[in-house]
Amino acid sequence: MKKRKSDLTFFQKVKRSRTLLLMCLPAVVFFFAFNYMPLPGIWVAFVKYNYRDGIFGSKFIGLQNFEFLAQSGKLLSLTKNTILYNLAFILLGNFLAVFVAILLNEMRSKWFKKVSQTLMFLPYFISQVLVGILVFNLLNYDTGFVNGILTSLGLERWQPYSDPNVWPVLLVIIYLWQQTGYNSVVYFAAIMGIDGEMMEAAKVDGANGFQRIRYIILPSLKPTIVILLLFALGGIVKGNFGLFYNIVGTNPILYNTTDIIETYVYRATMTDFNFSTASAVGLYQSIIGFVIVMTVNWVVKKIEPDYSLF
Amino acid sequence: MAKNKDMDLMESGAKVKLGTSDKIIRGFGYVFVTLYCVCCVIPFLIIVSSSFTSESVIRAEGVQIIPKDITLEAYNMVCKSGGIWWSYLLTICLTLFGTLIGLSIIAMTGYALQRKDFPFRNAISFYIYFTSLFSAGLAPYYLLMVQTYHLKDNYLAVLLPLLMSSWLIILMKNFVKAIPHEITESGKIDGAGDFKIFTALILPMLKPALATIGLFLALGYWNEWYQSSLFLSSKVAVKPLQYTLYEIVNKTDALKNSVAGQFINLADIPQESVKMANAVLATGPIVLLYPFVQKYFISGITVGAVKG
Repeated sequence: MKKRKSDLTFFQKVKRSRTLLLMCLPAVVFFFAFNYMPLPGIWVAFVKYNYRDGIFGSKFIGLQNFEFLAQSGKLLSLTKNTILYNLAFILLGNFLAVFVAILLNEMRSKWFKKVSQTLMFLPYFISQVLVGILVFNLLNYDTGFVNGILTSLGLERWQPYSDPNVWPVLLVIIYLWQQTGYNSVVYFAAIMGIDGEMMEAAKVDGANGFQRIRYIILPSLKPTIVILLLFALGGIVKGNFGLFYNIVGTNPILYNTTDIIETYVYRATMTDFNFSTASAVGLYQSIIGFVIVMTVNWVVKKIEPDYSLF
Repeated sequence: MAKNKDMDLMESGAKVKLGTSDKIIRGFGYVFVTLYCVCCVIPFLIIVSSSFTSESVIRAEGVQIIPKDITLEAYNMVCKSGGIWWSYLLTICLTLFGTLIGLSIIAMTGYALQRKDFPFRNAISFYIYFTSLFSAGLAPYYLLMVQTYHLKDNYLAVLLPLLMSSWLIILMKNFVKAIPHEITESGKIDGAGDFKIFTALILPMLKPALATIGLFLALGYWNEWYQSSLFLSSKVAVKPLQYTLYEIVNKTDALKNSVAGQFINLADIPQESVKMANAVLATGPIVLLYPFVQKYFISGITVGAVKG
């Protein structure tokens, strides 16, 4: 008689599924090598690192690295910047994406829809390095496009690269510019999934365009919007390193308003070789991020169990 | 076909009953979307235009959307120095190998983890998924790569970390989910092994998934600059394309910052137009290719949005 699956011993299971296990092996090795192997290195956050003694030979100093970061106010200002930027990115990003998706849906010219989607998608395909170059070309003091226009209008030149206060607005605009094409795709697909008969019935009943958007499209999009917002909130302490580093770079004048956790950790690692501080900030970020994701997942599970991550 | 006909009927029906509010929405939509698209394109036009403008014009009048007098000066200089072609070659090799290897592994794993009769699928799925929940951070990763794996100044430090991500494996799983389990069953009845079932029966059905995920991988390699910035020092002569671009652009700033009291050779500062020509060359292939592959990305985003 054939044994039931659950009656098999571990080794029998391995033997029976050895081919499938072997197919997973490269991926398992990969994640072990690049994602699990670095974990013990977190220890560096609790020592006073020096090159000669290495991570595990350096002097253990407990939580001093964290205390220093907290007392200097660095941790607070980095967290504040990271979270506020992400909040603006998430809320405005989703708002604009829904807005664009609804407008695209109202258009009847297939040609226009196709071309405009292609153009809106363009900024998503380029490297962050090029984004930095594009922005610099628009905004720099000497040859920038914006300053060219200002001069020709007889106005004073603008120096954003030495004015930290304008960057929160600029970075949000740049983010929206790069991501909206991508974000609107999901919403556009969700609108396409709305029952066509419902729309048609509404039209027959004399619902006008605004009413169809208000009473059919928006309510149908609500679950998608809520889920995407919640998952985005799960990553709220993870900064968009490429965007900030390529645009702001290593320009200390702007750090006050533009330094996020990722850029600080990168400089601490690559410029100052201060691995202990960098790792302390990184660990702090990972733990907060983990707690937030778990909370969000718990909330999603309550609202809509099908959408929860695990 | 029949469906399309219905759609057309619906649209013509809608046209008849077009009310004022529909006209307002549509009119506003056309204006807004057109303006938005213009904003998306202008920065690209500026770059292309300045790459064809002579340095003196840029210095005097700034960058323009339409070049005043077209010159190939900058492109000649890029071709003469020649460095960028080696970066091209390197990036093409990294993209080809990375995408092929990554895609094979992702496809195998995605299929195995979607097999309902694979007893370890939940454990391995969680093992992979967990990496996106908690990470060690940059410093421990950097120390591991440099001190334990000795990958500093090694192209493997760029090739390997980009091979896969938990998100791409989940995406592949979602694609595989759409293939009925009966296909696997029929293969089993015919006496085929699991790997044979995968290569002969499943892979041909996964073509759209392979195209989508392959494109995400290829885009990742083509636009790669981050791992290069971490692990490739000045000892490495040829660097991936985007990082080469990064260095060309940021060289100017570095030189400007070191101006105080130091002698700098003006010839070392790359000219604006040359920087732009490099940018155009480094980005051109992607921009030219992407209208053709766009639909695969769109399918990837919509399939991946469910979970991931």
